[in-house]
Amino acid sequence: MNKHFFGDTAVLLGRSLRHITRSLDTIITTTIMPIAFMLLFVYVFGGAITTGTGNYVNYLLPGILLITIASGISYTAFRLFLDMKGGIFERFQSMPIARSSVLWAHVLTSLVANLISIVVVVLVALLMGFRTGAGVLAWLAVAGILMLFTLALTWIAVIPGLSATSADGASAFSYPIIFLPFISSAFVPTATMPGPVRAFAENQPVTSIVNAIRDLFTQQPVGSTIWIALAWCVGILIVAYIFAMAAYRRKIS
Amino acid sequence: METTSGQAPVIRVQGLEKSYKKLEVLRGVDFDVARGSVFALLGSNGAGKTTVVRILATLLKADGGTATVNGFDVVTQAADVRESFSLTGQFAAVDEILTGRENLVLVAKLRHVKDPGAIADGLLDRFSLADAGGRKVSEYSGGMRRRLDIAMSLIGNPPVIFLDEPTTGLDPQARLEVWQAVRELAAHGTTVLLTTQYLDEAEQLADRIGILHGGRIIVNGTLAELKALLPPAKVEYVEKQPTLEDVFLALVGDTSKDGGAGDTSVGAKE
Ligand SMILES: Nc1ncnc2c1ncn2[C@@H]1O[C@H](COP(=O)(O)OP(=O)(O)OP(=O)(O)O)[C@@H](O)[C@H]1O
Ligand SMILES: [Mg+2]
Repeated sequence: MNKHFFGDTAVLLGRSLRHITRSLDTIITTTIMPIAFMLLFVYVFGGAITTGTGNYVNYLLPGILLITIASGISYTAFRLFLDMKGGIFERFQSMPIARSSVLWAHVLTSLVANLISIVVVVLVALLMGFRTGAGVLAWLAVAGILMLFTLALTWIAVIPGLSATSADGASAFSYPIIFLPFISSAFVPTATMPGPVRAFAENQPVTSIVNAIRDLFTQQPVGSTIWIALAWCVGILIVAYIFAMAAYRRKIS
Repeated sequence: METTSGQAPVIRVQGLEKSYKKLEVLRGVDFDVARGSVFALLGSNGAGKTTVVRILATLLKADGGTATVNGFDVVTQAADVRESFSLTGQFAAVDEILTGRENLVLVAKLRHVKDPGAIADGLLDRFSLADAGGRKVSEYSGGMRRRLDIAMSLIGNPPVIFLDEPTTGLDPQARLEVWQAVRELAAHGTTVLLTTQYLDEAEQLADRIGILHGGRIIVNGTLAELKALLPPAKVEYVEKQPTLEDVFLALVGDTSKDGGAGDTSVGAKE
C-alpha cells in the first residue's frame, strides 16, 4: 500500500465533505422522499394497517431508514459520475498519489452523507411520536447495521458511478433498491401477503434487516434475525466490492 | 536550445501503437524530447494527440511500443513516471464546487509540498486570478478555468509537463499569458510536451515540432528544418518566409492521397 494512502484519502475526503456542506440541498432531497413516505403511511394509510403494535411510527421507522439510505446512495453514484465526467478523476489518477484514495474518499463521504440524512429522518420520526427504550448498546447495534448496509449499497453505487454514461444512468439504479422495502416487512407484516409474494418478502434482505432493527428498538431478543441481516449485508458488500473493483480497474487501465 | 548529445532524452516514445476496437489511431509513433526543451505535437482533430498524451500520463495502455518519461517506463514504472510529470488535459479538470484557491491548495496537499496556502497564493498572482481566488470555480469563465487548470499543474515543480491543447478556447490575451507561462517553464529547465492544432502556437513556443498524421510522426524537426522541406519554387513567388501552416498543409495533403498509411520520405531529421 502506498505510504500516503491515509493522508491522501483524508485530503480527498475533506474535499468531498466540502461538496456536501456546500450543497446541503442534496441532503434535503435525500430525506424528503423517506419523510414523505413516513407521513403518508402514518397519517393516511396508518389507520387502516394493523401491525399488532400500538405505535405505527415505531413499526415503520426501520424500513424508512433503509429507504433513506437507498435514496442517499444515488448521490454517491452521482458525485462519482461528476468526477469522472469532469476529468478531475483523471487528474488525480495522473498525480503521484495513492490512486485508490480517490475511490475510498467517495466511499467515506457516502457514509458521512447518509449518516447525516439518517439523523434528520430520526429527528422527524421523534417529532411524529417515535419512541424507544433502547439502550446505548442497542443503538450502537442499530448504527452498526445501518453503517454496514450503507457500505454495501455504496459499493453497489460505485459501479454505475464509474461506468455510467449519463447522470440519469448513474442514479437510476437506486430505484429498484428504494422499492425493495415495499415488498418486505417494512410497512405491513408479511403474514398478510399472498403466497409467492410472501415467500419473496420473507427471504429478501430488507425483511431480515428491518426485523433486526425493529427488535433492537423494541428491546426484543434479536435471536438469529440479526445474524441473517448481517450475513446479507456482508454478502452484498463483498459481491458489490468485487464488481466495483473490476469496474475501477477497467477505468484506470 | 541545444542539448549535449550525450544526454538521454526525457521523453522517449518508440513504436507506439494504439487502436480503439477497429480504429487504428497510432501505428508506430516515434519521437524523443530533449531535457529542458519544448516539443509540440501538431495534428488535426482526431490525429491521436490526446491518445499519445494519455499513454505518457499512465492513463491509457498502449497496444504496442514503449514510452519512457524521465527514464521510467510508463507501464512497468508507472508510479515513478507519475512522480515526474504533471498533466493539463484537453478539458479543464478543476473542481467546480471549490474556490480557485481551494483547488490549488488541494493539489498542493496531494503533492505533499510545504505550505500549500503560500503556493496557492503565489500561483493565483502569477495567473492573474488573485481577485477571483475566493470565488467558486463554477462562476469562472472558460479562460479563467484554463489558467487555474494550468496553475494546478505547476505545483510541485515536476521536471516534465504535458499540456494538451492548452490554449484552445482562450482569448488572445489569455493565450499570451499561457504562452508566457510555457516560456518561463522552459527557461527554468522544465521539459514541456504540448499538443496543439494552432500552427502559430507551435511556431512561437516549440524548439522542435512533430507532425502526427495517419498514426505516425510524419515529420519531426525544428521550425527551420520544417520550412526547408517546402519546394524552393515557392520562395520565388512570396516575399516572406512560408509559414508553418504552408508546410503542414503541404505535408498533410501529400500523405492523405496515398491513404495516409504509407511512410513518406520526409522522415525525422536527426
Ligand atoms: N475512448 C475512445 N474510444 C473510441 N475511440 C476513441 C476514444 N478516444 C479517442 N478515440 C478516437 O481516436 C482518435 C484519436 O483521438 P484523440 O483524442 O487522441 O485525437 P486528438 O488528436 O487529441 O484530437 P483533438 O484535436 O480533436 O483533440 C479519434 O478518431 C477518436 O474518435
Ligand atoms: Mg485531443
